[in-house]
Amino acid sequence: MNLDITFGQYCEGDSVIHRMDPRAKIIAVLLYIVVIFLAKSFAAFGLLTAAAVVLVLLSGIRPRIILHGLKPLMFILLFTVVLNIFFIKGTTLLFEWAFIHVYLEGVFNALLIALRIVLLLVSTSVLMTYTTTPIALTDGLEQLLSPLKRIHIPVHEFSMMMTIALRFIPTLIEETEKIMNAQKARGADFSTGSLIQRARALIPILVPLFISAFRRADELATAMECRCYTGGEGRTRMNVLHAHARDVIACIGICLLGAGVVLLNRFGAYMLSW
Amino acid sequence: MAEIELKDVSFIYGAGQPYEIRALDHISLTIGGPAVTGFMGHTGSGKSTLVQLLNGILKPSDGQVLLDGKDIWAEPKKIRDIRFRVGLVMQYPEYQLFDETVRADIAFGPKNMGMSKEEVDARVLEAARFVGLDETLLDHSPFDLSGGQKRRAALAGVIAMRPEVLVLDEPAAGLDPGGRREILTRIRDYQRASGSLVILVSHSMEDMALYCDRVVVLSHGKLLLDGDCASVFSQYETLLDAGLDVPQITYVAAALARYGIDIGRDVYTVKYAAQRLSEKLGGGAS
Repeated sequence: MNLDITFGQYCEGDSVIHRMDPRAKIIAVLLYIVVIFLAKSFAAFGLLTAAAVVLVLLSGIRPRIILHGLKPLMFILLFTVVLNIFFIKGTTLLFEWAFIHVYLEGVFNALLIALRIVLLLVSTSVLMTYTTTPIALTDGLEQLLSPLKRIHIPVHEFSMMMTIALRFIPTLIEETEKIMNAQKARGADFSTGSLIQRARALIPILVPLFISAFRRADELATAMECRCYTGGEGRTRMNVLHAHARDVIACIGICLLGAGVVLLNRFGAYMLSW
Repeated sequence: MAEIELKDVSFIYGAGQPYEIRALDHISLTIGGPAVTGFMGHTGSGKSTLVQLLNGILKPSDGQVLLDGKDIWAEPKKIRDIRFRVGLVMQYPEYQLFDETVRADIAFGPKNMGMSKEEVDARVLEAARFVGLDETLLDHSPFDLSGGQKRRAALAGVIAMRPEVLVLDEPAAGLDPGGRREILTRIRDYQRASGSLVILVSHSMEDMALYCDRVVVLSHGKLLLDGDCASVFSQYETLLDAGLDVPQITYVAAALARYGIDIGRDVYTVKYAAQRLSEKLGGGAS
């Protein structure tokens, strides 16, 4: 089993994007997603692709890492492309055989949808996960949501839970690998047999995994109590977030990008149907 | 006795990724002959990686692992058979216990080998005896056992497969001195009784000195020293440079040498030191 996951991993660096305020990044990503969904013409997608390239260059993340992160997406991409090519009806017939009709519009649609998915993934991961530590991310989220405290939603507790969950993902992956190896050493077989046999083969992994997860949670709770953790009430921060000019500029930049996209939508020879 | 040979083996974690680490760098080594071989090295020296290569949990990035002269990856589909022949007890093996009873847990390996029920039962009892696990405990849940008992149950789970080569990664880590001695003595006794090849990984120099016939020292993924205890521990400057230690008594011998009482650099057990010292001073051996 391949447990190396590049998508969503933090890549250390010191670029402009790394240094942005996490709150600004969250807002920027939300705006960016809206902008990507606004784009409908080839010209607009061209602009967005250029913007994504600029984003990658600014972040200083090696393109190879980003390409590696796209790998798990291949199946979804292929699926949407095939679906669009064969099921979109248009006016210019390209190819016809029995019940299969391929229209030019379908091919265009497939290309643009695939591009949309890739752009979504690349720009959100460059803006957020590759360049922001999970801690900074939940910190930013907590502060953005802090107005909700007024209506008694435990924002701090939620963000603490999220931080802890994120923190323990690599630990759990490592633990799973260790346990799998230990059971493999005793001849466990996870890859052959009927579906039921394979499901049963997971028991020797899941039981130890759950036990250690509970044990870890218990130990963590004790450790936090030993350091007098009582929740968010009256808690001050070690890293106080400051918004800089660059954060405002980034958000304005994305709004301008959105305006550009809307404008370019008017000059498209072909428009995406959805 | 089985023989394991490593031919120019390298192993790289996360090859081609931003964080690739070369854990083993062109290791060539034959393990057979002397009954108990110890692997020693600082944290991150590659010893845990090395033991996982021996039974095909990991596949070498480069080079070959031979068991009795045959490449273990010659038929990748039959790697399970290799794992039955080369039993691996990982670090903190008690975390792999999962079944409802200790008996069922120890039986997991033999059952995977496809043995009959009678044979499995016999193997479980035999393995429990080897590790010193009381028979009354066999019907308890493994999670009700004490730490030391859990460790023994996990060890029995591998011994029950009667592997020709038994590889143990830090089998005594985290146990108190009594538990340490007991489990290591049992492993050595198991080796004597079964005639299998045993490979032991440990940081503890005293354990190495007491229980191993041959010591292999790794440092930063490379082979640093290889030989019997006396020849390895006599090179203690090299060991210290590699972030390791030597048995306390070796220091004492070195200090004595500085004061003009040279009992040799290859002293690594208290008993041996006492013998040498009494010879040197011309007194009776006591």
